[in-house]
Amino acid sequence: MIKKVSKHIVQNEPLLFEQSSPGKWGYQLPPLDVPPVDAAQALGAENVRTEIEDFPEVSEFEALRHFTRLSTWNYAIDLGLYPLGSCTMKYNPRVNELVARTEGLAWAHPYQPEALAQGCMEVVAALERALEEITGMAAVTLQPAAGAHGEFTGILMMRALLESRGNPRKKILVPDSAHGTNPATATMVGYSVENIKSNSRGMIDLEVLARAVTEDVAGLMITNPNTVGVFEENIRKICGLLHDKGALVYMDGANMNALVGIARPGDFGVDVMHLNLHKTFSTPHGGGGPGAGAVAVVDVLKPFLPGPRLKRVGDAWAWNYDLPQSIGRVRAFYGNFGVLVRALAYVMAHGGNGLRQATLDALMNANYLRALLEPHYEIAYKAPSMHECVFSDDRQAKKGVRTGDIAKRLIDYGFHPYTVSFPLIVRGALMIEPTETESKRELDLFADAMISIAQEVEENPELVLKAPHTTRTPRVDEVRAARQPIVRWKPPQS
Amino acid sequence: MLSTIGAQSEEDLISYLPSDVRFNAKLAIEDGKSEYEIVDYFKEVAERNANGYASFLGAGVYNHYRPVLVDVVVSRGEFLTSYTPYQAEISQGTLTSIFEFQTMICQLTGMDVANASMYDGSSAVPEAAMMAVRVTKRDRVLIARTVHPEYREVLGTYTKHQGIPVEEIAYAKSGRLDFDDLKKKLTDEVAAVIIQTPNFFGLLEQVKEIAALVQGKGALLVVVFTEAVALGLIEPPREADIVVGELQSFAISPSYGGPYAGIIATHEKYIRQIPGRLVGETVDADGKRAYCLTLATREQHIRREKATSNICTNQALLALMATVFMTVYGKQGLRELAEQNLAKAHYLAGKLPLAFDAPFFHEFVVRPNGKSPEAINGELLTKNIIGGLPLGRFYPELKDCMLLCATEMSRRQDMDTVAASFRES
Amino acid sequence: MSYPTNYQYTKEHEWVLVEGGSGTIGITDHAQHELGDIVFVDLPKVGAKVTKGQTFGSVESVKAVSDIYAPVSGEVTEINEALSKTPEKLNEDPHGGAWLIKVKLADTGEAKELLSAADYEKYVGAE
Repeated sequence: MIKKVSKHIVQNEPLLFEQSSPGKWGYQLPPLDVPPVDAAQALGAENVRTEIEDFPEVSEFEALRHFTRLSTWNYAIDLGLYPLGSCTMKYNPRVNELVARTEGLAWAHPYQPEALAQGCMEVVAALERALEEITGMAAVTLQPAAGAHGEFTGILMMRALLESRGNPRKKILVPDSAHGTNPATATMVGYSVENIKSNSRGMIDLEVLARAVTEDVAGLMITNPNTVGVFEENIRKICGLLHDKGALVYMDGANMNALVGIARPGDFGVDVMHLNLHKTFSTPHGGGGPGAGAVAVVDVLKPFLPGPRLKRVGDAWAWNYDLPQSIGRVRAFYGNFGVLVRALAYVMAHGGNGLRQATLDALMNANYLRALLEPHYEIAYKAPSMHECVFSDDRQAKKGVRTGDIAKRLIDYGFHPYTVSFPLIVRGALMIEPTETESKRELDLFADAMISIAQEVEENPELVLKAPHTTRTPRVDEVRAARQPIVRWKPPQS
Repeated sequence: MLSTIGAQSEEDLISYLPSDVRFNAKLAIEDGKSEYEIVDYFKEVAERNANGYASFLGAGVYNHYRPVLVDVVVSRGEFLTSYTPYQAEISQGTLTSIFEFQTMICQLTGMDVANASMYDGSSAVPEAAMMAVRVTKRDRVLIARTVHPEYREVLGTYTKHQGIPVEEIAYAKSGRLDFDDLKKKLTDEVAAVIIQTPNFFGLLEQVKEIAALVQGKGALLVVVFTEAVALGLIEPPREADIVVGELQSFAISPSYGGPYAGIIATHEKYIRQIPGRLVGETVDADGKRAYCLTLATREQHIRREKATSNICTNQALLALMATVFMTVYGKQGLRELAEQNLAKAHYLAGKLPLAFDAPFFHEFVVRPNGKSPEAINGELLTKNIIGGLPLGRFYPELKDCMLLCATEMSRRQDMDTVAASFRES
Repeated sequence: MSYPTNYQYTKEHEWVLVEGGSGTIGITDHAQHELGDIVFVDLPKVGAKVTKGQTFGSVESVKAVSDIYAPVSGEVTEINEALSKTPEKLNEDPHGGAWLIKVKLADTGEAKELLSAADYEKYVGAE
């Protein structure tokens, strides 16, 4: 029985260009207090455009209605659970939105005199300190714009360190359970990628790893807990194996929501890692971005951090550009400062104890769901789950129903799907991460939905195969979108 | 809940973790604060920044009005707290607005296809270079010295390990690209030539002529913009092969350097080489028009080590801010806005000793007579005005110069004060 | 669909039809079935050289990409232009009208090392 949602009428809305009309406008600028300038004269007539062809013209109210109606077609965390594994879709605290808009911070120009930017620099310093403490690492850079960007930064630093020792080496080891950004990043830094098979418990196979670590290996990219939600129990040995051969360990911190306050990667041997501030640290996903990818390093990698770095001069902050071994910039300016503000506010709201408690709550919620769902779905690995649990669709596949179908049917129950078909090492994966901000009520509704769907698979598989049935938009033709890509609106031929 | 799991306490959930990995101390972070304390903290910290100053800084980040509607729209939970639109059935709001965004970027830049945004303008530059390398199968890149200095640094960081040598092209006395230097360096091995217009000195580059030279040698022309407002008035770089740029001017707060939204746009024929997310039009099972992410096979989650890039995120929320901005201003508004910027800057520039003599939009380089840029800025600070950017930090040969920017937000009285400060010797 | 007996096959699911000094190359019915709806085919240019065992192009569905490996070495003399407009042909007629490329064989003996139709059918049956 579907309990979380009921039918409702939703507004239709055309594209902006389809309701545009010459002469409509939504803005008003104050009159010029200086003489107007003839553009053709100032710029050269050939440089002045006649118009922005087919650009929309709508009124302010039409604009507001347009975007408001569009928004009602979206699911969002504010509406309910996103059980997406490794995405950590937790509540985005609204006080973070407020403080990020504080005028002195929101309007700060990156090149304003340092004496007038002390507030911003204080925020950056405070967050760096907090993340160093949380990861147990020696230093943090907040320059990267996203997780993958952080991975790029981290692997670049690894390479720089190895080069300074005389040999950058040739390849990076990546578990077959890794997120796609890991091998893509290694390639961007000029390394080849070697895949390491996981063992039957879903973890890195120590023997396989030992054989793979040669003098040609620059490092290993590991996710811990891994993408099946399981803690790599041999992590210290794994790091030891790499270090013994002069290689380094990079940790993808996407699953940090399972570790904050209870284990620190710097303590168990990781050399460099990134954190997704838009995951563990609650900054909003915004429909696909922005994020921020903080990168933490051990002492030996500090000299290679991207610059500039904050330094203390008397009782003020200053930007230090004198970093002879730095890998350079990975983007202009200092980082996604607006995102950093939100992450810092999150840390402040929780405090040390609160952060640890949040982790335990996340583990509890995930294990609660696992306990409720294990009788109905095949758990992928028996090892204890941390903040997420992974099932395979083996049982349902017998009836011809796959994970993607179950996910679509979940939409009819009022939820966003879990992560489908990832990691690749699980056949037909269902990866579920509730996070700590979900109430028991919401979790029970989710478990009920999943159990109901499992029953539907037995009794009426067609219902699941053709889902979703009740959304405003049913399944879309992705094949057509790929065969005949149309990526912009064009005016109809008259 | 614990009993369902079969645990006595939450600590049981981690008891199996090896003791040699457990962190048993307390995190050295202050206790959790109340909402009021957090708001107060950031208020206090913001007071240590410039407040109530007029600013004439540009250099890649610009002060423009942010229409009220922008925050109203992006604060809606359905936009703010939604996920990447992988599940098309429940993400049509995001997908539709990105489709509109992609369309407007094409209209603005004169290109055929644009993606759903890049991290920012600076990181879009190496992505364009990598695209050109893939397309031409050549491996050298030339970049004008008049492209934003930090953007050039970023290109260097990215290309260091990809076997792509990068060379800079000098600027001429005019402050614009040196054609002789370009011709000298433009060989058959060059995959891309990267220029910026208006360039870092605020001057318009001669895109048509440069394109003819570059494409004549079989290389691709990449045109960068840091000031999107300029495209409201200035002919877009239609001759470019790839256009990349920064949309911070479109209602994205300066916010001390980020988050921003970059764009990459190109011709239809290169659509499969473009990195990042793309929204495409299709139909749903009822035959109605619908949108979805498409051509995902270019991306990291499918291609893994053979992906066009490792990029995963797009800057969806900021692209939405830009979309709302572009909608509120519209065809006429963007033009009027650009005209106001032109007027303000030319008013101020008219009173100052300019270093270069070519057409400019709203930024220009000034060479003060006698006083150093730092001295002038020091005086202006006492009048609550932040002056321009002294160029010595990026161009040692121009250390006696500063880069000034005036926008629609610049007030006449403040511009008069700036002008006066150049005169007093 | 049956596997033509005058074709030779690879374990990577390509087929080649050898006629004198030239070969026609495609992917098998098994391959197109595994891929699902094909949306794009990436082929080399005429004149390019292909080497046995190395990739020369790829086939894409919405959610996957598959590299295509050359069953024999040679120089590309023709590519199937129809596939760029209608890649779905590859799902409909992988052994016939949806051939991928024609090559001038570098070594006519190479094809003998490949699988026969019967061997290939047994191979995919076992998979």
